[in-house]
Amino acid sequence: MTTAPGTPPERTAVRVELLIDQRWFTVCGLTDLTPGRGVAALLPDGAQVAVFLDRAGRTYAIANRDPFTGAYVLSRGLLGSAGGRPFVASPLLKQRFDLVTGRCLDDEGVAVQAYATRTRAVPDEVTARVA
Amino acid sequence: MESYNPHAHPADAHLGIPRNARAAAPTIVLVGHGMVGQRFLEALAERKVTETARVVVFCEEPRPAYDRVQLTSYFSGRSPDGLSLVEEGFMARHGIELRLGDPARAIDRGARTVTSRSGLTVGYDTLVLATGSYPFVPPVPGRDSDGCFVYRTIDDLLAIEAYAKDRGSGTVVGGGLLGLEAAGALKGLGLTTHIVEFNPRLMALQVDEGGGAALRRTVEGMGLIVHTGVAGKEITADGDGAVTAMALSDGSSIDTDLVVFSAGVRPRDQLARDCGLDVGERGGIAVDEACRTSDPAVYAIGECALAADGRVYGLVAPGYEMAEVAAREIADTQVGEGSSPPGSSGAGFKGADTSTKLKLLGVDVASFGDAHGTTDGCLDVVYSDSRTGVYKKLVVGADGALLGGVLVGDAEAYGTLRPLTGAVPPISPEQLVLPAGPGAPAALGPSSLPDEAVVCNCHNVTKGAIRSAVTDHHRTTVPEVKKCTGAGTGCGSCVKALTSLVNDELEAGGISVDKGLCGCFAYTRAELYEIVRTLRITTYARLLDGHGRAEAREGDGCEVCKPAVASILASLAPTLGASGYVLDGEQAALQDTNDHFLANLQRNGSYSIVPRIPGGEITPEKLIVIGEVARDFGLYTKITGGQRIDLFGARVDQLPQIWTRLVDAGFESGHAYGKALRTVKSCVGQTWCRYGVQDSVRMAIDLELRYRGLRAPHKLKSAVSGCARECAEARGKDFGVIATSNGWNLYVGGNGGADPRHADPLAQDLDDERLIRLIDRFLMFYIRTADRLERTSAWLERIEGGLDHVREVVVEDSLGLCAELEAMMADHVAGYRDEWAETLGDPERLRRFVSFVNAPGAPDPTVRFVPERDQVKPDLTVLAGPALPVRTLEGTASR
Repeated sequence: MTTAPGTPPERTAVRVELLIDQRWFTVCGLTDLTPGRGVAALLPDGAQVAVFLDRAGRTYAIANRDPFTGAYVLSRGLLGSAGGRPFVASPLLKQRFDLVTGRCLDDEGVAVQAYATRTRAVPDEVTARVA
Repeated sequence: MESYNPHAHPADAHLGIPRNARAAAPTIVLVGHGMVGQRFLEALAERKVTETARVVVFCEEPRPAYDRVQLTSYFSGRSPDGLSLVEEGFMARHGIELRLGDPARAIDRGARTVTSRSGLTVGYDTLVLATGSYPFVPPVPGRDSDGCFVYRTIDDLLAIEAYAKDRGSGTVVGGGLLGLEAAGALKGLGLTTHIVEFNPRLMALQVDEGGGAALRRTVEGMGLIVHTGVAGKEITADGDGAVTAMALSDGSSIDTDLVVFSAGVRPRDQLARDCGLDVGERGGIAVDEACRTSDPAVYAIGECALAADGRVYGLVAPGYEMAEVAAREIADTQVGEGSSPPGSSGAGFKGADTSTKLKLLGVDVASFGDAHGTTDGCLDVVYSDSRTGVYKKLVVGADGALLGGVLVGDAEAYGTLRPLTGAVPPISPEQLVLPAGPGAPAALGPSSLPDEAVVCNCHNVTKGAIRSAVTDHHRTTVPEVKKCTGAGTGCGSCVKALTSLVNDELEAGGISVDKGLCGCFAYTRAELYEIVRTLRITTYARLLDGHGRAEAREGDGCEVCKPAVASILASLAPTLGASGYVLDGEQAALQDTNDHFLANLQRNGSYSIVPRIPGGEITPEKLIVIGEVARDFGLYTKITGGQRIDLFGARVDQLPQIWTRLVDAGFESGHAYGKALRTVKSCVGQTWCRYGVQDSVRMAIDLELRYRGLRAPHKLKSAVSGCARECAEARGKDFGVIATSNGWNLYVGGNGGADPRHADPLAQDLDDERLIRLIDRFLMFYIRTADRLERTSAWLERIEGGLDHVREVVVEDSLGLCAELEAMMADHVAGYRDEWAETLGDPERLRRFVSFVNAPGAPDPTVRFVPERDQVKPDLTVLAGPALPVRTLEGTASR
């Protein structure tokens, strides 16, 4: 697996966290992400999010459900950028969603929830995995 | 006797009451439904005459109009249906009554009725005769023996094919255009073929002595035996009355099992004679410029007509022109007062250009204008190369004007030269005939033609009309211009000139067509392929940052270029010595989800699995494994069109478990998820089928194993049929192989789908090794030059020079590329590894196969199923697109 940009020094791990109800929630370690792709994660209430890493090392998260088909697949779309803004293209019917706002770029009236994210270095012995 | 007389009172017909005073719906009867008849019906429909008139057609043959010009192609694998000229539903849509297999027997001009063989009598207001011609059979004794045929209809061909089945040799009487076609057909049937021509050279009407000699050399080079300056004297038969030999006028004799007479045609004017219409001294129904016969209610068009210039035209283009003229006359007469004098409504048929360009036995032959140099004071410019069988002659007038010419072996310049006929060419005549090559003078392109020059002879489309399609009608591609103008949709010989004109016009109009792949790259896929290949680039990031559009560099690319570049990198990986494994490193981020998970995403987020079943051949043991796996994982199973089994409904986390079982049982990835070779379908072939002539299953397996895993601009499908019955539907594939008694015929560029296309023949009678070599080259050339998501069919239509160009490159090696293409395929074959076996052997690669990154063992609860016909189907409300509300749980969106 390709090492993400900004790999921290040894003996620390980098966690990817989402802001949910004013609290940061850890979804995975940074090394679980591949630049240009996404993963799906489960939230405590059973909701699904799609988490992405871009080439520059920035992380994003939006709801995993594709509103056009009802399938939980946005995490499996391809990431891209247009005009400097990152997007994911649904793997089913290829509609694109802005990763920062969740807005659909191909249909103004449609959007999915977008989540604030951050990455945080923690000592290595604290596992990045939750579950 | 049935009677369909439309007149309220039959006496009307005798009273000569003007048409517009009669009952509302006049009746037009067409006798003959060949190429010209069909064109006439289309012209009537275009002018909306069919909306107000009743149209009845009598057709002698059991099938509707078909492309007689392409008859020979039937032997290269086209089915009789494939030759049809009638668009599906055409007759019904226009309310035309077509009576197949029911020829007209008699015309009563007094009563204005036509009576058919079945006894039907139909009254007419307007009668159109398009009865065509019949083959002339010279009065050779023994010509009625078994094994004597003519070459005119599909039924003639079927009879020849059936008779030739167990026989070894055949003779064609007649070395003209049709004779050579027939000879090509006999050769295609595997017969030792003789051509007997009374004239001192082949194609005496079209080409001169030098051209005839070049043609003869080439034809003989193909193994045909040519006898010129002799006539058939007598046909001898055995005790059963079957042909055994033919004696010639020079005293020699040919042993032959069958004889095909193709010594010219004669107009079929008997019906006209019987009802007292004027006919010419040497046959042909006399017509004026409006195509009216001596009875103004009766028209004659096509090969049965003796045109106003005193000639009977045996070519299809003049016949089409007559069909247009007659349809226009009839439409105008119906709309107008019925009193307009003949020919008043537009240009009539005054005679036609008999220029032709043909491919006979694979040899280009063209003749145009005053090909034989009969104009006073004319001079010849001749280029002749006996080694390559190329002969070109231009006839030039005293004033330097181009009068005509003959081209044999290389008729490339025909599209430019024919329209220039009558004018003084802008460059000297010798430059026009010299071959292209190093140091050759600049060729004269179609850009130098005047606007009124006819570029497409079949549909009479001028250069001006083509330019107008681009400038006034905003057509920006060759297929669009073809559709708009009809140019290039007949014989296809003008497509190259057409392409060049369209491009010139786009450029001249400043219509910049951004051919770039997407917002990230200004290059086409083919250009990117060349960049990757020559600069040996192995990563997407390097390509984007170094060769992307300025605004896209250092960015994340997009969903269009990422998979396209991934495919290029994968295609070239073996050649560049890079890893071809599609999930490695950065490659993992470029692939569509299907390639990423090596399975096909379905609508509910589950995946389907297609193990490779080469050639569709599978053992009972393997079938059982597939059944057990499907049962154990609750998968829905369905047989695919490509002779494989698709297993639906696997969750992403189940894929490795399922594939572990499949790989253990000897299966490998079927690449149903990739833009790659899918399957090579086959029939059982010679091994089991009583008709088979080759082992099609073995060939299909060989091909599938050779090309498996090959990444291409789009998916690739193939099939191998064991005989000409074509049960494997190879002509519907990107590359299809059909067995012959001598080896294999290779077809390319077919596909089904929304825009079906039959594959075109690329080469015939190949042995195994040559077949595979040609496919290697073809595929690699396609991968190298096609656009993103461009199937071979669209590629062949788009690429400059079309199929002929591709044949030159991959069969004749005109670009000197073949060795490289073959080496690249060899690299691919050597570097192939099963993607699923590799994935299962690598824990790091397996990590992605989880539903949730933070709950690796948990299945995705949203992937659910409900029962359907004893299996399962997705439990997912069918959403009809964005009009449906989005659950508020997901946040902001709803409509």
